[in-house]
Amino acid sequence: MGPEGTTTEELLVAFDRGRTRRLLVCPAWFDEANKLRRFTVEVMRRLDNAGIDSFLPDLPGCNDSLAPAALQTLPGWRAGMEAAAHKFGATNVLAIRAGALLVPAHLPGWHYAAQSGPKLLRGMIRARTIAAREAGLEEQADTLMALGRSEGLVLGGWQLGAAMIRDLETAEPVRAQGHSDIAQSQVGGPGMWLRAEPDEDAKQVDALTAIISDDLSGTSA
Amino acid sequence: MNTIPTIQNEAGATVLDSELKGLIADVLGLDPAQAATFGPDSGLFGHLPELDSMAVAGLLTEMEDRLGIVIEDDDVSGEMLETYGGLFAFAKAKLADR
Repeated sequence: MGPEGTTTEELLVAFDRGRTRRLLVCPAWFDEANKLRRFTVEVMRRLDNAGIDSFLPDLPGCNDSLAPAALQTLPGWRAGMEAAAHKFGATNVLAIRAGALLVPAHLPGWHYAAQSGPKLLRGMIRARTIAAREAGLEEQADTLMALGRSEGLVLGGWQLGAAMIRDLETAEPVRAQGHSDIAQSQVGGPGMWLRAEPDEDAKQVDALTAIISDDLSGTSA
Repeated sequence: MNTIPTIQNEAGATVLDSELKGLIADVLGLDPAQAATFGPDSGLFGHLPELDSMAVAGLLTEMEDRLGIVIEDDDVSGEMLETYGGLFAFAKAKLADR
């Protein structure tokens, strides 16, 4: 969905064999999306082998999207995920990190290492002040946030519009009945989003896949 | 009784040292044995090309979570990020203030 409620077309990675269990993946955001991309798709491959369909849409304004990044809003992304859930006939949802901010509340599913809007924003603002200091400039987080609220900001190379920044300041993971948390400690090892460069860990992929497929086989009718 | 706090401090410093090295290993994707070779002068930000501002921001956030400290913007200086010794001294001082 675009900012004015218009639907945008985005690229999709899908393992769709028309099976009963259909998982919508709400991906991590921005820099974490890159670091977790391979991990995310590897989980989808394993789920495919386990007999579960899955769908990973790009977020509007990110990756190959034609939508302007600076015009994206949290309600717009939420509406987009909702539309995707209906379009693909999703039965469950897996949210990764800040993907938890976008979960369609009507679907049961999992929050993997959910991240709040304020934490996401804080990390990105911090990266910008550190980079500025390295370049011999002095930028204060408070000043940047004030600018962000009125005009938007470029953080880590991503253009965030004023509306998105204001939304993120208070955004919390969408929690509803049928949602359960998966902590990093259940998956084992350090979270892949922490890595300075993208990496992979087959054990973590197996662990996350097992949690989801075990839960699903326990609840399947 | 004066020696007991010293022993506790040394024990605490050892725990902090392994926590911090573990965290750096997690960020850089090193095995723990490699991270264990870090000394006070080992270069971090500005010395390791993969350790960019985004990775450092992630490292600081994870330090806050794992050590239970709050890192203010004003705390962050080139000095504390440049070497392992700088980062260690910073974390130690933060923990002492808690």
